[in-house]
Amino acid sequence: MINYDTLFSNTLKNTKPSGIRKFFDLLADMGDVTALTVGQPDFVTPYHIREAAIESLEEGKTYYTANAGTKELREEISSYLSRRFGLSYDAKSEVFVTVGGSEAIDVALRSFINPGDEVIIPTPTFVCYEPLAKMAGATPVIINCRAECGWKLTADELREKITDKTKMLVLPYPNNPTGAVLDKEELEAIAEVLRGTNIIVLSDEIYAELTYGKRHISIASIEGMRERTIIASGFSKAYAMTGWRLGYLAAPKEILSEMLKLHQYAIMCAPTASQFAGREAMREGDADVEYMRAEYNRRRLRIYEGLKEIGIDSVMPEGAFYIFPYIGGFGLSSEEFCERLLYEERCAIVPGTAFGEAGEGYARISYAYSTRHIKEALSKIARFIEKLKAEGRGN
Amino acid sequence: MEKLLTLLERDATLTPAELAVMLSKEEGEIKEMIAELEANGTILGYKTIVDWDKTDREYVNALIEVKVMPQHDGGFDKIADKIKHLPEIKGLYLMSGGFDFTVLLEGKTMKEVAFFVARKLAPLENVTATATHFVLKTYKDKGTVYDMPEKDPRDKLLI
Repeated sequence: MINYDTLFSNTLKNTKPSGIRKFFDLLADMGDVTALTVGQPDFVTPYHIREAAIESLEEGKTYYTANAGTKELREEISSYLSRRFGLSYDAKSEVFVTVGGSEAIDVALRSFINPGDEVIIPTPTFVCYEPLAKMAGATPVIINCRAECGWKLTADELREKITDKTKMLVLPYPNNPTGAVLDKEELEAIAEVLRGTNIIVLSDEIYAELTYGKRHISIASIEGMRERTIIASGFSKAYAMTGWRLGYLAAPKEILSEMLKLHQYAIMCAPTASQFAGREAMREGDADVEYMRAEYNRRRLRIYEGLKEIGIDSVMPEGAFYIFPYIGGFGLSSEEFCERLLYEERCAIVPGTAFGEAGEGYARISYAYSTRHIKEALSKIARFIEKLKAEGRGN
Repeated sequence: MEKLLTLLERDATLTPAELAVMLSKEEGEIKEMIAELEANGTILGYKTIVDWDKTDREYVNALIEVKVMPQHDGGFDKIADKIKHLPEIKGLYLMSGGFDFTVLLEGKTMKEVAFFVARKLAPLENVTATATHFVLKTYKDKGTVYDMPEKDPRDKLLI
């Protein structure tokens, strides 16, 4: 009989499934649950964007596009990056279209990593960087960011972790799951550490449109950083287009042309209909983004205040659509807290440890839900907290 | 101002504090703006959208096309004045095209609506013809889609 164990690549075998598998198994088995777990918008892609794809299909545009994506979409991305973030990337040689932000991250990592290279990853963060870095042969170097610093990577923490082997820094801001956004001064401080090194920055800016009360600033716009920055971004979060699998990479042409080789052989091109939709989104979608941003912002306030009333504190999130409250004061681990909340109140939130060890004591709550749903979940959480207090836990 | 009105038109339950967050303004400023809009009649009221099909209440909605003979001294407005004060009427619009007014009407039964048209609307001076259309099902009203999907289609396990 065939022995699969001897066949799989060692790096794949050593890639662990999510650390909170048990919690997920539990969640999968529960039927009717008030979930605040989902990491994607609750909005449907605006109709005019869907229509652009429908039209492209009606017109029979079902062929491959150029590897880098259609000329029109790349031009749109280039002018969008300039219009929104003051960045200058040549449409022809410094931008290419990917299958979602996920491919962009994978391509960027695999294009640079040699076995043993170190990739610095500030956590808590989205789950993909560490396994993808490992699959590329890198040694992930984790920085545990702290709530006291607003979950932001600090220049000192970064400096401490840099070695001769450091190849890349992942900069995942606006951050999932904490909602942290880096300000100009904070980016300047990080840039100061990087200047003069040979370290590449992979800036995951997928939530760039979803910041509240302040504009997202790309590290590429900080002096001296453009030459070492790869921007990975996409359409999923800003335009509610998760299922379209459409993203992009922007980087200096010397980097981009090399990365394109990988994309060309592994992917060929991003889905054509999605590219037509993406062009329409960037051309005509500003008002949609503005509306969705305002909606998230209102929910952000409601959930922050709602949790505070129950006695649960959080760092006020400034971006994305998550809040990362402290739930560690009840003598339960994050996973225990979330499991009991799920069992006893049928309310689901994600244990902070899903996003790295630094998330112990915290949980991620998504507010990409209607306010009615959020209200229902908050009342369940409130009842659960009362119960924990009655057990003599917490204050 | 226009953004504020658009948001309130979508959801009148938004509090001044929430509107302030959404529009990057101070709460006090929002309160003042709303007070002004209410005072000058731009905001006429706040209502609830009810799907009566979810209740036992019997009702029927009708859309009635009305043709009239315009009056010399007041044109259509004068006729509209007479129609709009009938309490059964929920909506009244002056139309372009093949007829003059659209009247939206709610009654308990089709018979009641038919009686209303025959006894109150048609006999009005200047009304020359009516055509009554009953609503069979409401899919969307005032921008709100009825029969919203009850289940969240998103996979709750994807983080």
